[in-house]
Amino acid sequence: MSAPKLSIEGIARVFPGVGRRGQPTRAIEPTSLQVAENDFITILGPSGCGKSTLLRLVAGLDTPTSGRVVLNGRVVVRPGPDRGMVFQSYTLFPWLTVAENIAFGLRERGVPSLERRRIVDDYIERMGLAGFERHWPKQLSGGMQQRTAIARALANSPEILLLDEPFGALDNQTRALMQELLLGIWERDRKTVLFVTHDIEEAIFLASRVIVMTARPGRIKAEIRVELPHPRRYTMKTAPEFSTLKARLTEEIRAEALIALAER
Amino acid sequence: MRPLVPVSHRTRIGLGIAFFVLFFAVWALATLGGFVSKVFLADPITMVLNGWTLLVRFGFSYDIAMTVWRVVGGFVFAALVAVPLGIAMGAYKPVEAFFEPFVSFARYLPASAFIPLLILWAGTGETQKLLVIFLGSVFQIVLMVATSVGATRRDLVEAAYTLGSDERSVVARVLIPANAPEIAEILRLVLGWAWTYVIVAELIGSSEGIGHMIIDSQALNATGQMIFGIIVIGFIGLVSDFVFKAVNARLFPWKFA
Repeated sequence: MSAPKLSIEGIARVFPGVGRRGQPTRAIEPTSLQVAENDFITILGPSGCGKSTLLRLVAGLDTPTSGRVVLNGRVVVRPGPDRGMVFQSYTLFPWLTVAENIAFGLRERGVPSLERRRIVDDYIERMGLAGFERHWPKQLSGGMQQRTAIARALANSPEILLLDEPFGALDNQTRALMQELLLGIWERDRKTVLFVTHDIEEAIFLASRVIVMTARPGRIKAEIRVELPHPRRYTMKTAPEFSTLKARLTEEIRAEALIALAER
Repeated sequence: MRPLVPVSHRTRIGLGIAFFVLFFAVWALATLGGFVSKVFLADPITMVLNGWTLLVRFGFSYDIAMTVWRVVGGFVFAALVAVPLGIAMGAYKPVEAFFEPFVSFARYLPASAFIPLLILWAGTGETQKLLVIFLGSVFQIVLMVATSVGATRRDLVEAAYTLGSDERSVVARVLIPANAPEIAEILRLVLGWAWTYVIVAELIGSSEGIGHMIIDSQALNATGQMIFGIIVIGFIGLVSDFVFKAVNARLFPWKFA
């Protein structure tokens, strides 16, 4: 295997205790992970297992207590446009229209306006946002807001796309459509993707590899290859291979959820 | 009535006007009905007639213009200083740590208490009036703007960083636009307070302005004129509030649309 695109090397994060008596929280135990170019990795774990923290460390929004993150041979020290991020909360800039939101990173880089226009139009088209270019975020449904957020991150043509439960707040039907949309983009562009979720089906459907994390403190418990062929369609979710994987992951994650529950 | 259930636009306007009508009716009843002596409170009709006389015979519109200019002048001056400082304090914690304790202290110093000192320093001219308004508004605006900017949604700031913003651009492209409507609201609120300071400033050592007219009327026991002066202030406040709201809705359609 050639040098990995992204290399997470013994990364750990301990949050200091709150107050004088507060115990420090170990969010992530030393964890390592190699991500190859074009990999679609989903990180699956019960809530509070530190999977979002892991993603924030890769994004550079948080600093590891020990270990390091290396992207394309460079150590990550701060957030940057090479790691596009989509958050679970709706983080479109409410004062910018859909088109202006998508153009945010391009303007930051000083891309000339004609070129900017072309890229924005392209993503508007691909994300099915045509006709909504001049809408304010608050006029959009949750699904549309997240589509815009994905477009905004992709418009920067990042080295890797980081998604933190982006469809977590959407209803089931919208969520399924969004998964297909995202997968379609990946199948076409072959981006490297790191996708955090607590939804088992979502984790299998999207991934080429599913990483299962333990309950807090978070660590990698299992790593499962998903060999399902591409292009994948929603009908695949009822295929026998899919069900086998789902049963296996359900067992893995259930054990962790029980531990997490007992600790609360 | 069920809690939190909205009313229609027409009902809202109707109810709003109804209270004004009720207010004037009670006032008219108390004064014209002879329950309150004319020495203490003029009736509405006398008030309107006195006001008319003031406007056409004594050039009261000049006084109104003077007062408006003082408020606006002092207030704009205060906003020009306070808004940038407030943004800097909200955005940069060391700047906040440096200024915040002093501003919090200064905020409690009543502007009116400075009037004697300001007269000593700046005389009884326009500079003194403007300074009263300035002192009364500037610290309030600074603190409120700083609080607003400091409370900007962190996830928006983080999103900007992942899109390639640097520190300066986070201030210019996230913190300022995100808080612009809130800052406009703060200015609207503080402008209302500025009106109380200007009247106090005009009550002492002034030869024109609404406050000066009110103090002059006291010497003549002309309660009708005093009330007219007060109502004019209220009316100007109402109009400026309305204009502010309309401008905000225009400037920030993403917030108010």
